[in-house]
Formats: sequence, structure tokens, C-alpha cells
Amino acid sequence: MAEDLQKCFGEFVAVNGVSFTIEDGEMFGFLGPNGAGKTTTLRMVQCTSPKTSGMLEVFGMDASTHQREIKTKMGVVPQENNLDPDFTVYENLLVFSRYFDIPEADARERVDELLDFVQLTEKKDTMTDTLSGGMKRRLILARALINRPRLLMLDEPTVGLDPQARHLMWDKLKGLKKEGVTIVLTTHYLEEAAQLCDRLVVMDHGRILVEGSPDQIIREYIGTDIVETKSDPKTIVCLDRQQARYEIIGDTVQIYTNEPQHITDHLLTECDLTTITARAVTLEDVFLNLTGRKLRE
Amino acid sequence: MNIGLYFKVPNISFRALRVWQRNKDVFMKNVKLNFLPPFIEPMLYLFAMGFGLGMFIEDIDGVSYARFIAPALIAVSVMYASFFECSYGSYVRMHYQKTFESIIATPLTIEDVITGELLWGATRSMINATIMLPVIALFGLIDFPHSLLIIPFAFLAGLVFAALGLCVASVTPNIMSINYPILLFIMPMFLFSGTFFPLHVLPLPIQYFALAALPLTHVVIVIRSLTFGILDVSLLFNLAWMVAVCLILSVLAVNMMKKKLIV
Repeated sequence: MAEDLQKCFGEFVAVNGVSFTIEDGEMFGFLGPNGAGKTTTLRMVQCTSPKTSGMLEVFGMDASTHQREIKTKMGVVPQENNLDPDFTVYENLLVFSRYFDIPEADARERVDELLDFVQLTEKKDTMTDTLSGGMKRRLILARALINRPRLLMLDEPTVGLDPQARHLMWDKLKGLKKEGVTIVLTTHYLEEAAQLCDRLVVMDHGRILVEGSPDQIIREYIGTDIVETKSDPKTIVCLDRQQARYEIIGDTVQIYTNEPQHITDHLLTECDLTTITARAVTLEDVFLNLTGRKLRE
Repeated sequence: MNIGLYFKVPNISFRALRVWQRNKDVFMKNVKLNFLPPFIEPMLYLFAMGFGLGMFIEDIDGVSYARFIAPALIAVSVMYASFFECSYGSYVRMHYQKTFESIIATPLTIEDVITGELLWGATRSMINATIMLPVIALFGLIDFPHSLLIIPFAFLAGLVFAALGLCVASVTPNIMSINYPILLFIMPMFLFSGTFFPLHVLPLPIQYFALAALPLTHVVIVIRSLTFGILDVSLLFNLAWMVAVCLILSVLAVNMMKKKLIV
């Protein structure tokens, strides 16, 4: 879909030559620290921000010349809630349906169906600013579905939600995927990405660092397991001698491996270690390993 | 900077009407409250200035003071309605409510959205003029049927001030700063466009300036003629000026907003 896509704001290069293809019917994730260029990439695909250079096609159409056609078949959940505070829950959806030229009778039916789907039927006559965070997010999801989109774009769909609301959102997304909707999302929650995404990319500084399925990325970049132990000079010397792959984080050492049992035994016998824990690698380990631990603004 | 960018022919579709419809729906939610100002305001002004201050004023150009300012009150209301709707109103919708952002995720372009705002601003001017006519007619200060032409004319005039308002909204750094163009442009226009005293008492250069640069001057001339029941060929000049400025400012408003919002 995108090839060598670039976006500059003046001197600043926000997206620096990314290429990716999203298949029909898959759930695709963009991961990366703040300022990595995820949202900018999404906004280019949504045809709300023109690209600086490169090639971008959505549904086989050029994003810079066919924006109306593309947007007709797309649903968007933005990062920041932008419900219309001048209207009730029901009116929000109905007014939105008019932007897609959905005939009113069909629209009313669709709105009832969607309110039921996101469990907001009881709130239909409430003004939107009195809704809770989770309800607002669900209403935005319903709004993005008003035109029965083939492609759903979600920018941090579960940010700020409690675990219940987050799981509900995940269930809804899985349901939509089963119906054949292609879903693209960005997220900071790595557990979310691991659970939901068929494939994902990790971005940083406007570039794509890795691409693949969550399992594949984990295996390729770290291994299946991590062995953690306390960091002291003796251990480091011993690890260096074994040519182990490790990283020092604060006062612990993390050793990456595919054979945790073997490594643990080895460390216990060769390096005189006492406290050792082994655990499975998560996407978070890969993420931190790839993008570093420095705090982002 | 590329000047041509500001005068590009916008990519507009019939969908702009959906934005007009959205604003109309919000307006209708508080319709009674919204109808009150254009109903009360002319009465207050007429009592205070027309009949109060007017006691001390001889006839102006052969008409009573109340009859002289009545059309100006309509003109001023036409200006305020669309200018405020499309400066403060549009800025709130754009900046605080993110309404424009949510709409451009649908098949509408930003050009559609701004065009819808322009049309709605002009509609508000027309609504105000329509409500004021019967109120002022009650005092016997305007002639019919000529005055009925004020209603469609208010739409054109409203479009000019709506475009001005949107240009302001597109460059203002924050909502408080909208006060400056009001203080420096709208207020002087309110006072020096032949509204409360005839233009010809001002020095000649200022008269020319008012005719060349202040849209309200033309609006007052046209509405005053109509309320006096006069249809003169010279009004075509005012009308042509209005149409030309309306076109330029509308295209400018759409492109300035596009430049601001589509990055």
C-alpha cells in the first residue's frame, strides 16, 4: 500500500521513507514511542494530511487524488475524542451518517444497531460531554462504523481506559475482524498489540525498525526467554566469557536465550550465581530493546 | 510564499450543505433564545437613539432620525450575525470542539466544511434581517414591498462578513485575539459607514476610503435605499462591489483555513 512514504513539517522529517503493505482482512499494528511518526502515517492514509513524497495507495487508489472515494470506505477513530458536544449520543451518529449520504431511514436503523453493538442504547439521549471516558471511546467506535467501512483506522483506541473497557474494545475489534473488516491501529500497550495484531511494525524516528507477526518478531530479535539475575562485575565477566547475549538495566542483567533451562544451569554452575529468574519474552522486551529506554517527550 | 495558493479554486461539493445542516440543527435546538436578540435589539436602539437622541436632531437628508438609522440597524445586525458566527463560532468549532477535524475524516473535504460554514453564516444574517423587518415595520419606518428585497440581499452581505470572520479565525493565535480585528475594523465600520450620520459630513478622502474598503458602507447604502422605497441604477455599483469582494474573500477564507488545518 505504501512505498517510501515521506512526510516533512518544514525542516523536520516526521516520517522518513516507510514502506508497508496491509492485507485485506488483517489486523495491523503500528507500535513505537511518542513522536515515532505513527499518527502522521495514519493521517496520510486517512487522506487528512498530504504526503511530502513517496507512493501511497488505499484500496488501489492514489491517496492524493481520490480522497473522497477512499474516505467513503474508511472508518476513523482518532487519538483525541472529537465527538460533537452540541448533540446527543444518538444525534452524533445521525449527523455523521449525513456526511456519508446515508438515506435517513437506513441511517436510523444503522444507528440503533450500532448503539446496541457498543452498549450505549440507554444513553442515546445524553449529551456527549457527560459520558465517561470508556463510553466516549465506544461512541467514537460506533461513529467510525456508521458507513460500514472496509478499513477501520484506530489511533490508540484504548488509551486511558480501565481494564474492563479495554477488554470490551478488544472484543469488539475481534468481532469486526471476523466480519472481514481490515483493521489498522496504533498503540502503546504492547500486550494489546500482541493479543490483537496479525502483523505489526515497530517505528521510531520516522522509520520502520521491524515488521512481522508478534511471535516472529519476538523470536527473531530476542529469543523465547529471558533470564534475569543481579548485576555485579563478577557476573559480567563470566557472561562475557560465555559470549552470552545480555543487557544491563539498572542493577539487573537480562540474558536473552532460546534455551532458558540450559542457561540457568550453566550460570548456576559456572558463574556462582544465586538468585536467578527465568520468564518468557514479551513484546515489551523487544520494544524496549529496539527503541531504547530513554524517556521520550 | 506562494500567493496563488490563497486564490486556488476550491474543491467543493454539494456535501458542504451537510455542514450547513449541522449548524442549522444546533441553532434550532435553542431557536427561541437565538431569535430573541434580533427581536429586542432594534427596539432598544430605536427607543434610545431614534426617539431619544433623535429628539435633538433635525431631519437628516429630509427624513426623521429614526427613519434614517432604521436601515443601518438592519445592516449592522447583518454584519454582526455572520461575522461573529464565523469568527468566534467557527473558531470554537474548529479549535475547541474539533468538529472540523471529525468531519474531514468523512468524504467531505476541508473546502466543503468551510463553504458550509460560510453559507451558514450568511443564513444567520438573513434570519436576523427577516426578524428585524416586521419589528421595524411596526414603527412605520420602512417602505414595502421594496424592503422585502433586503432578505435576499442580507444573504449576500452576510457572506462577505462570514468570509471576513473565517479569515480572522484562520489567523488568530487564540480566541482572545479575535478582539483586535473587532476593535480595529468592525467597530470603526459600525460607526463610520454612514450608519448613524450621513457619509457626506466626513472629509472627502475618508468618504472614498469608506466606499473602497468598508463593506458595511455598501450594505447601508443598499438597505437604506430599499427601506426608502428607492431602486436606483447606482445600486448596481454597490451590488457589483459586494459580489466581487464576496468572491475574493470567500475563496481566500477557504484557502486560508485549508492552509491552517491541512498540514
